[in-house]
Amino acid sequence: MGRVATDFAYLATIVAFILALRFLSNPATARRGNQIGAVGMLIAIAVTFAQESVESYWEILVGMAIGGTFGFVAARRVKMTAMPQMVALFNGVGGGAAALISLAEFHLLAPDSGRLHGDISVSIVLSALIGSISFAGSLVAFAKLQELIRGRPIVYPGQQVVNGLLFGAILAAGIAMVAGAEQQWLIWALVLGSLVFGVLFVLPIGGADMPVVISLLNAFTGLAAAATGFELENNVLIVSGMLVGASGTLLTILMGRAMNRSIANVLFGAFGQVSAGAAAAAAGTDGGAVRSASADDVAVMLAYAHKVVFVPGYGMAVAQAQHDVRQLADLLEERGVEVSYAIHPVAGRMPGHMNVLLAEANVPYPQLKEMDEANPEFGRTDVALVIGANDVTNPDARTNQGSPIYGMPILNVDQAQSVVVLKRSMSPGFAGIENPLFVNPKTVMLFGDAKESIVNLISGVKAQ
Amino acid sequence: MSHGLLLAFEVTILVLAIFLGFEVISKVPTLLHTPLMSGTNAIHGIVIVGAMLVAGLDHKDTLTTIIGLVAVVLASANVVGGFVVTDRMLEMFRKRESPAEDDGSRSD
Repeated sequence: MGRVATDFAYLATIVAFILALRFLSNPATARRGNQIGAVGMLIAIAVTFAQESVESYWEILVGMAIGGTFGFVAARRVKMTAMPQMVALFNGVGGGAAALISLAEFHLLAPDSGRLHGDISVSIVLSALIGSISFAGSLVAFAKLQELIRGRPIVYPGQQVVNGLLFGAILAAGIAMVAGAEQQWLIWALVLGSLVFGVLFVLPIGGADMPVVISLLNAFTGLAAAATGFELENNVLIVSGMLVGASGTLLTILMGRAMNRSIANVLFGAFGQVSAGAAAAAAGTDGGAVRSASADDVAVMLAYAHKVVFVPGYGMAVAQAQHDVRQLADLLEERGVEVSYAIHPVAGRMPGHMNVLLAEANVPYPQLKEMDEANPEFGRTDVALVIGANDVTNPDARTNQGSPIYGMPILNVDQAQSVVVLKRSMSPGFAGIENPLFVNPKTVMLFGDAKESIVNLISGVKAQ
Repeated sequence: MSHGLLLAFEVTILVLAIFLGFEVISKVPTLLHTPLMSGTNAIHGIVIVGAMLVAGLDHKDTLTTIIGLVAVVLASANVVGGFVVTDRMLEMFRKRESPAEDDGSRSD
């Protein structure tokens, strides 16, 4: 297949990807959009097979069999609650592939003086650097979300200096390559350094900030793919990579805004380490006493309420309680209670995390309220049932200037008549910040696994 | 086409893709942000094209063969996993639309 025909065929893929994203604007068409995207990908793969330069097939077929099987099995088996780590993993492997392509390109082109144009070396450096950071960073994010390593920020003295020096060294290697140095070890050093940097960069970021990190790494892999497109002079890679880059960037900005924090603060603030500020905020919590209630007490409150708002958080995902939550909601509705769900943009570990879980449990759309829609409702709510959410309900964000989350828009659950918090224990959330909501006189705590608690509530409400 | 001219075309396409990306993606509702992430994840699996171009070269040294093979493995996992996971998610979002839950009999 000639170059011109190939490029026209790739255009079909570009159109398919754009349609896939357009169809995502409506839940009714979204699935078809994804299928169109998949067809576009198949076209690109078929066209690439037909390219003149592709002459050896066994590597491709073996690689596809291994990678495809792994991807398929992992994607079919993963539970909806484990979706953030799965997305992180697939994001990472994409970045890794982009970095490897650059490694191979430099290895092939560099020894042959004059074949490496300046802009090609720039693309090779960028895609190796960004792709490696994305690969290593995504794997650390995966390990944190899978709880293979602890989710709290991991910090040590001089961390920023070490990261800064490392990044400086990586840049120096990159600049040398762009300037024309063609020693092979340079790109290996660049990739290795970027891998280490990716690990160091994500380690200090707390679990609660994962929605920002995952979005950013998503953008990184997109950019790495686009840079690979410049290396190979291939439009489909440039356009697709940039579409992903734009999407990841937009989501990163939205998530940062939802927390009222700059992206720099999320990335370099090691948010959630026990700092002086957090300790000061905690002082306010000591004064009050925590009231604990039994599931039967709470069941009575719910059964005789007029309006109940569920506030889901990461705890619901961990306990996989979404189906039971839906069942409890149905039961309450049968009794004539008005039920809705208040969803904070950064609840959970990735953008839209709660929406996916509640979709799995078939919760009707009109019951899902975004923050701006939900907040005015709390004033006339009898019971706000907080299911494993913490920081997104912390009133300190409104009032306590010493609190690390001061200024973050929250769900105003404390304005409800009464608040029930389902929580495993009194330990502070992922971000490690005390929450005065728990000692509010309106609040009762229902300790235990969210799923068990909800099941107990269901039988309690049935008994009424 | 001269190399400089080609580069100018590529950069033009890149800039247009940025604007198009922001335009299209800003229309995706919050409800679908997770499928958006996972769907764009699948799309950046397009690096499989690059991986195939490296792995498919004839007369290459062992190092390039290994790198190409691993790149195809990673990119294939990205492509297949990305689209399958997104499909699973979107299936749930569609199911929720029909209260009757009788899949197959709907005409849309």
